[in-house]
Amino acid sequence: MTLKPKITNRTQISGTYIRIIKMALKQKLLLVFGVITIFGAAGFQLWIPILLGSSVDIAMDVFSAENADVSDQLIFSGVLLLISSIMRGIFTMAYNYSGESIGQHIGYELRLLYYQKLQKLSFSYHSHIHTGDLITRGILDIEGVSMFVRTAVLRSIYLVVLIGTGTYLVLSADLVLGIISLSFVPFAGWRATAARLQLRSSWFALQEKLSILSKVMDENLGGIRVVRSFASKTHEMDKFDRASEEALTIANNQVQIKSKNVSLIGISFLTAMGLVLWVGGLKVINGSITIGELTTFLAFMSILQAPVRMLGMMVNAFARGAASGGRLFSVLDMSSDIEDSQGSTKLTITKGVLKFKEVHFGYEGEHTLNGVTFEVKPGHVVGIVGPPGSGKSTIAHLIPRFYDPSSGAITIDGQNIKDVTLDSLRHAVSVVEQDSFMFTASIDHNVAYGNPWAEDLDVETAARNTQMYQYISRLPNKFSTMIGERGVSLSGGQRQRLSIARSILLNPKIIIFDDSTSSVDAATEQKIRVALQEISRDRTSIIISHRLSSLMHADEILFIEKGKIIERGNHNKLINNNGKYAELYKLQIRPDDKNKSEKIKNER
Amino acid sequence: MNVEDSTPGSIPPKASIRRSSTISEDIFGSAYDHKVVKRFTGYLSPYRKLIIFSMLTVLLFSVTAVLLPLIVKYTIDSALVAGVENTKILTICVTLFFTTIALNFVGNYLQELIIGRIGERVLIQLRRSMFEHLQRVSLSFMDKTQVGSMMSRLQGDVGALQEFLHTITVGVGDIILILGVVLTLFFLDWRLALMMIGVVPALLLIRVIWLPFARKAFIRSRVTASIVSGSLAENINGIRAVQGLTREKVNYSLFDILAHDNLAAQNKAARFGVIMMPIVDTLTGIALAVIIFGGGLLVSKGNLEVGVMVAFMLYVQRFFDPIRQLTMHYSIFQRAMAAGERIFEVIDVPIEVKNKPNAVTLKNIDGSIEFKNVTFGYVPDEPILTNISFKVEPGETVALVGPTGSGKTSITSLTHRFYDVWEGEVFVGGKNVKDVTQSSLSQQVGMVLQEPFLFTGTVIENIRYVNVDCPLSEVVEAAKAVGAHNFICQLPDGYDSMLEQRGGNISLGQRQLLSFARAIVANTKILILDEATASVDSYTEMLIQDALSKLLKGRTGMVIAHRLATIRSADRIIVLQDGKIIETGTHDELVTTNGLYSHMYSLNYSSFDDIPDDLIKEVTREWREGIT
Repeated sequence: MTLKPKITNRTQISGTYIRIIKMALKQKLLLVFGVITIFGAAGFQLWIPILLGSSVDIAMDVFSAENADVSDQLIFSGVLLLISSIMRGIFTMAYNYSGESIGQHIGYELRLLYYQKLQKLSFSYHSHIHTGDLITRGILDIEGVSMFVRTAVLRSIYLVVLIGTGTYLVLSADLVLGIISLSFVPFAGWRATAARLQLRSSWFALQEKLSILSKVMDENLGGIRVVRSFASKTHEMDKFDRASEEALTIANNQVQIKSKNVSLIGISFLTAMGLVLWVGGLKVINGSITIGELTTFLAFMSILQAPVRMLGMMVNAFARGAASGGRLFSVLDMSSDIEDSQGSTKLTITKGVLKFKEVHFGYEGEHTLNGVTFEVKPGHVVGIVGPPGSGKSTIAHLIPRFYDPSSGAITIDGQNIKDVTLDSLRHAVSVVEQDSFMFTASIDHNVAYGNPWAEDLDVETAARNTQMYQYISRLPNKFSTMIGERGVSLSGGQRQRLSIARSILLNPKIIIFDDSTSSVDAATEQKIRVALQEISRDRTSIIISHRLSSLMHADEILFIEKGKIIERGNHNKLINNNGKYAELYKLQIRPDDKNKSEKIKNER
Repeated sequence: MNVEDSTPGSIPPKASIRRSSTISEDIFGSAYDHKVVKRFTGYLSPYRKLIIFSMLTVLLFSVTAVLLPLIVKYTIDSALVAGVENTKILTICVTLFFTTIALNFVGNYLQELIIGRIGERVLIQLRRSMFEHLQRVSLSFMDKTQVGSMMSRLQGDVGALQEFLHTITVGVGDIILILGVVLTLFFLDWRLALMMIGVVPALLLIRVIWLPFARKAFIRSRVTASIVSGSLAENINGIRAVQGLTREKVNYSLFDILAHDNLAAQNKAARFGVIMMPIVDTLTGIALAVIIFGGGLLVSKGNLEVGVMVAFMLYVQRFFDPIRQLTMHYSIFQRAMAAGERIFEVIDVPIEVKNKPNAVTLKNIDGSIEFKNVTFGYVPDEPILTNISFKVEPGETVALVGPTGSGKTSITSLTHRFYDVWEGEVFVGGKNVKDVTQSSLSQQVGMVLQEPFLFTGTVIENIRYVNVDCPLSEVVEAAKAVGAHNFICQLPDGYDSMLEQRGGNISLGQRQLLSFARAIVANTKILILDEATASVDSYTEMLIQDALSKLLKGRTGMVIAHRLATIRSADRIIVLQDGKIIETGTHDELVTTNGLYSHMYSLNYSSFDDIPDDLIKEVTREWREGIT
């Protein structure tokens, strides 16, 4: 899995463009409309300088030949000019709008595809990719592709048509003047392109420096008490100054690139104009062209000025489109390693017997489970305890297939969980995590997260059973109170209790508590346990915890170390065993015995 | 209805996804705020000369730009028109033209460069003074403020002011350009000029009507986009819960609604954006038609030189752009004023805790702490501590124990003079903390916080922190002392391993050990320690307990203790309740006195934090009743 695929390969880049264009092709009507209007826009745009020139000649010819219907001719030219201006405006509007619209539709489509893909990708994908990176792709890269379509695809057709037709027109009118008046185009195009590419690469460097700077500020403000207690103001200001000076250097460099190129493009255009004036002037003097024709050339150059400046923007859009598209498609093309297998059936629960048979699990060379076998009978509780990193949580994550074991089998009522549909499995199995995510929504919506069709009464009962009802009913908006940025902030223990409520609302056949009461005080935990036992006597439960009081009552307790079960039995049996469990028990219940803690530590 | 019956697309009654926007809508603010502009220009004053110079370059650029069509006019009329053909004059005119564009180039380059650089510099100055101020304002201000909103002021708002600076110069250039063109047009031919300028009010009127609607549509498009982004981000952050609770289909339907809203809003904004194109083109067309007809007629009658007509045609092109630009600037001004207000609001926060003018340096102290009749609170009339007096002898370790809100944290904050007391005095090493410099106080009083806070950087940088010159050997020694050496060596690059933001790539227990090592390197006489409440596993817990005793060795210690083990090993325990000291003594003494402590101890929790609040209340009541 590569985080930042380097797109240097040409075929890859063109492949990305082709895919984007293919998406654009789906908007056939808009696309056809856009291309047709482009021709209109370019045509009327080019007609304007010709009309301007000819009207100068009309006015002049009349001056010398004393023709009578001069005002008729001028009115005619004026009306034509007005019409072509209006038409140019309308067509320009039309093709710009088609481009915008196509790009926005593609953005919309990509957003949905991306969202859907992320929801499908497995935990192993999500735990190996930085969330910030995924969010950036979903925001900036989709915008990058959409912007490319909006600003670059149709506009490049427009530019080709405009400059192509324009070139033909001026060259056929006067070869020398035509060449001179177009001479600035390659230079300006080159400078615009080069500047954009330079700015782009330094933009990334600048972003990097700015993100260092914002990290410095963010950490300083977040850790302001540390900063104050170490009296590290000078140290922190040094960090700030260093980061901002570095950013300033790059920013200044960017200003330099911009100023240089903006002024160079400006003077290249003006130089060509000066040359047209000079050579054209000579031609007017020797009579080979009229003043009107010279005007046409000058006016033609003015209309070329804007699109040539646009080139830089388009180069940027092209580059960003390729990079963004590449990154985006690499996510969209990712296949999830956890999917419904072919011919998978719905899980049918008869009793709720969960079995692990010789289950191994490893990820990237690290073995976290080395042959784990156990069985949980319906209505029974199995407790799992062990040192950090022993593989406790892995067991929890394998049951709803957040990961698949590398070997061995996990069955529920005799059905291998690999052969049943994910949806039916995850409806039957619920894992309550230690640090459950609460969404920016009201409390009842959070509790009903897994079953948004739940009745109010069910939500309330779940809250009662997790000892949250009293707290919630004291809030001004009760169950409608928002959680998160603009709502109440819950303590760790309250969040854990809500996430238990969320799971029991689903009434799952198998429930796994993965250290999910670590921040709940012991007495409240006891109350929750009693409530849960009463409402579901036939539920299969697994409790993982490093606090022994949470799982002492279990029907069977597994002590796990290095991915293996090294002790098993109920509490009394394990205490009598006088093994690791017993030691841990003594340590936790009365942590004053220094010798015992020394002993356990030495054994580790 | 059951979840399984649901078809994708139907929205269940109790389902919602995040739909809040991070974009503030400063739409209706004023575009000019004298106070903000005055403060802001204060930051520009060091660059006064440069700014005057850059205004001259703007002037040079604009004036030369206005001159060019005029030169074309003279070229045509004095060298090209039938009867006056003159190659020499043509050469002179063209030379003049090239000289002008050379000046134009210089003006263009310098204006962009100077203004751009000043803008970047001012941006940094402004951000720096805001950041520096935040290092000095009282912690009670920082406690009230969210880091996120402060960051958006430091970044977004400062950026808005930079944009403002740039816009002003561009705007000045545009105004000079418009004025120059208008003057030139009237100078060339007042009749034509009047006719042409006639369309300007129409353009302005249309823009003024269009602008509020368009801005609303643009903002709506940005807001919906930020809602979509926020919703996507939340789904990624909570992906485990989403998948675990099989909410994929419902969320997809909900997200589709948001994405569709955004699409509609963007489309509307696009329509507002493109609608101006035919309008401006129509007005340009009218102006051109006027020139052709009116100008042409005058030329044909010999009342106007043909060069004037050509010059008018060239001017039309540069006339409408700046006008269109200027109306656009209005919203940038509005944003800048709102941003400026927010920035100066921070810079104006008064600094409460200051060094006295004759503050002395705290040096070679014995390490004692003494509180004499201290009363203190955060909100007026709501004291947290009332008339507290106690003394901690040099080298002694004192545990502060008591229920939440009893004033433990306030005592530690006052020792460090994060705040000033309302009444009474706090002495460190026999000196009143108000009479010594804050930095020297910090060098004597170290602090380890409940939440171990690490900075992005390597392990060694984090242990050294302020003491950047501390030799490696000392760092290793400190790490060994607190038992962090082993896990550090197991990290990929040992002491040079990078810690992610806030130490995200190591466990909570390990972060705690590193913060202990940091305190050892800082080597202060007095150490204040707020023990972590978050539960870590028993193994790490043991490591931490060991480290703690090493850390406190040879120092005066004041520990906000939660764990029984920590409390028991203290030399003395101070039990606080409701801002008063109710008991003090060693563990063995207190257990026998039948006070609050012994009651809490008898509840048999291994940590006082595990005791539920109502149980504590009950015990306290019983205990109080017992006294009376």
